[in-house]
Amino acid sequence: MPLLEVQNLKKYFATQKAVDDISFTVNRGNIFGLLGPNGAGKTTLIRMITGIFYPDEGQITFDGRKFDPVNDVVHIGYMPEERGLYKKMKIGEQATYLAQLKGLSKKDAIAKIKEWFIKFEMQSWWTKKVEDLSKGMSQKLQFVTTVLHEPKLIILDEPFSGLDPVNSNLIKDEIYKLSQKGSTIIFSTHRMEQVEEICDHIILVNKGQKILDGTVKGVKNQFKENLFSIGFEHIPANLNGNPPFEMVGTKENAFIVKITDGHKPNDVLNYFLQQQSGIISFNEILPSLNDIFIKLVEGTPLTRQFQAITA
Amino acid sequence: MNKIWLVIQREYLTRVRNKTFLLSTFLFPIIIVAFIIGSTLLAIKSRNKVKIAVLNDPGFLQKNLESDSSSVIFEYPPDVNSSNYESKGYVGILKVNNDTATEKYVIESKKSLSIETMGYVERQMKKAIEYKMLQQKNIERKTLDSISEASEKAARITNQLDTGKQANNKLPYIIGFGCGIIIYITMFVFGAMVMRGVMEEKTSRIAEVIVSSVKPFQLMMGKILGIAAVGLTQLLLWIVFLMILVNIIPLFVSAETMEQFQQVQEAQQQLPGGSNNTVALEMLKATDTLVKEVNWPLIIICFLFYFLGGYLFYASLFAAVGSAVNEDPQEAQALMLPIMMPIVFGFIILSTSIENPDSPMAFWGSMIPFTSPIVMMGRVAKGVPEVVPWWQLFLSMGSLIIGFIFTTWLAGKIYRTGILLYGKKATWKEMIKWVRRS
Repeated sequence: MPLLEVQNLKKYFATQKAVDDISFTVNRGNIFGLLGPNGAGKTTLIRMITGIFYPDEGQITFDGRKFDPVNDVVHIGYMPEERGLYKKMKIGEQATYLAQLKGLSKKDAIAKIKEWFIKFEMQSWWTKKVEDLSKGMSQKLQFVTTVLHEPKLIILDEPFSGLDPVNSNLIKDEIYKLSQKGSTIIFSTHRMEQVEEICDHIILVNKGQKILDGTVKGVKNQFKENLFSIGFEHIPANLNGNPPFEMVGTKENAFIVKITDGHKPNDVLNYFLQQQSGIISFNEILPSLNDIFIKLVEGTPLTRQFQAITA
Repeated sequence: MNKIWLVIQREYLTRVRNKTFLLSTFLFPIIIVAFIIGSTLLAIKSRNKVKIAVLNDPGFLQKNLESDSSSVIFEYPPDVNSSNYESKGYVGILKVNNDTATEKYVIESKKSLSIETMGYVERQMKKAIEYKMLQQKNIERKTLDSISEASEKAARITNQLDTGKQANNKLPYIIGFGCGIIIYITMFVFGAMVMRGVMEEKTSRIAEVIVSSVKPFQLMMGKILGIAAVGLTQLLLWIVFLMILVNIIPLFVSAETMEQFQQVQEAQQQLPGGSNNTVALEMLKATDTLVKEVNWPLIIICFLFYFLGGYLFYASLFAAVGSAVNEDPQEAQALMLPIMMPIVFGFIILSTSIENPDSPMAFWGSMIPFTSPIVMMGRVAKGVPEVVPWWQLFLSMGSLIIGFIFTTWLAGKIYRTGILLYGKKATWKEMIKWVRRS
């Protein structure tokens, strides 16, 4: 049973179809990537999943039952992209307050906060105020307050923005650990290298619609262009006969080739073996998610135009 | 419900523990009392003695002009004239003017004399001339004094009410006006506090974090109720503190100063615009009558009701404005204007209706919830049910309750959309659209 199931979700605003008929499934323990350019409707989608907005149409199923915002929000931890904390409030009290709002008792909240503060080396911060923290520090605090109540579903919107590589890794490790402990994580970003690294499953949203859905590997395979790189001891001087590929380019001692339709990688290898070329490597080149992203989103206007909605 | 309670607690505690809260709570009464005492003491000090030389007395002045050793002294030196009076220590010379037909008496001086001095001289002159005229008709001065004393005694009049109580016309005025002003000020102060709180949540971007665990309406109500508790706390502390000050001050101030204090206050009352300090004086000297003659339980219940009701009515509107504003505080001012106008208007109605609590303006002002918290307080102090019938009081209270339920509902809808909307400048027109759509 998946943790979250979204069916035909729609949310129209006065001037925009923010989310226009999106469906997807998030499995338990997965790290799920929600991708899309700015203004694609990601935030609106997330706000519906966190119960901030009611969908105009469609269904959300959470943990096997119809999503009930009032009671289910305590099982969700949400770190929005536009994040913030009370500037004048002491950090310890602030974290306690946020945890209490998520249904923890004061005692449990304080115990858990202390645990996390030790983990992130933040013990000395308790009586400091948020306005005294650097951006990276408050980011860490925000992450702690998001996951403190051990939610079943954690939604992180651009969690690494503003973090240095060390802190980035610290949080990345924690995300892995949480997912191993059984938490499901939705991870919204447009930084593709991170998605490739940590996500199991992704969907790509553009202009309010889902345009891609699959595992990272599956998506890459779906968009592969049969490109291979072949490394040689000595680059062959010329290509005789009728090669089963097209040359795309050369890179140092390697050819990058595109296999023509009807041929297989073995045909390429056979060809070069017959040519007596000294092959030292043979790799498939899969497109990066970045390439796929750009390819799919390119051509659509950078910002969405406002449109009249008659619905 | 539990979550609203958590929000209330946070809003209350963060504000009450704040240094500015403590400062304003304890400094405000001190400043008010210090202001009243200071301005009066200043008036005592600045009441300098004025010596006036009287020239060519036609005969009756020296006999009848009374000097007041603390303000105006008349002297009749033989060798003073217009050129040397200053060097002899006189501020002016009073002389009979023979040239003009219009005003017979003239005071010559270098600087213009104060209103008080002129008033005193005029009163003395009037008396002196009266005596002279009486004498011409062969009436003794003593006779006149005894007649006026007797007539004053005989003509004392009380305003007996049908209920058997005696009307006290001054005290209800003061209480009504005082309560009205306090409600007027606190509506602004705590309304603005709500608005700033909402703006803080919006601009610091914590709103979205919070509304992912609390409904926006709960967040808004929690804030409004939390700040209401702050307001009540502060009000209570002010009252206690003022009581202590009022009881302590006479211990430190000598009886003589107190008497002078009262004299100045009375003198000021006779001048236009000089009555602003009388409230404090009444409070200072009339604690007994205050307790006896006023229906305190009713006043206190009404005050608390209209304080809270008025606050709730406007606080949610202030919250709605706060939610629609972005970083720019000027935007807030433009949006606040339509909310502030009825409050100011209520205050204007209060100042006219307190003289005339039965006028149609006063009636409608105290029924419509936009102005009723301020206006009704002014009327209630005049007496229930003598001036304000019970049905009017209950109708006013009922309409205020319905009013604040309505504004809260309306503001809740604006708030829900506004709090998560960044970067866009909102207008009232747009906010009405949010109400319709959600």
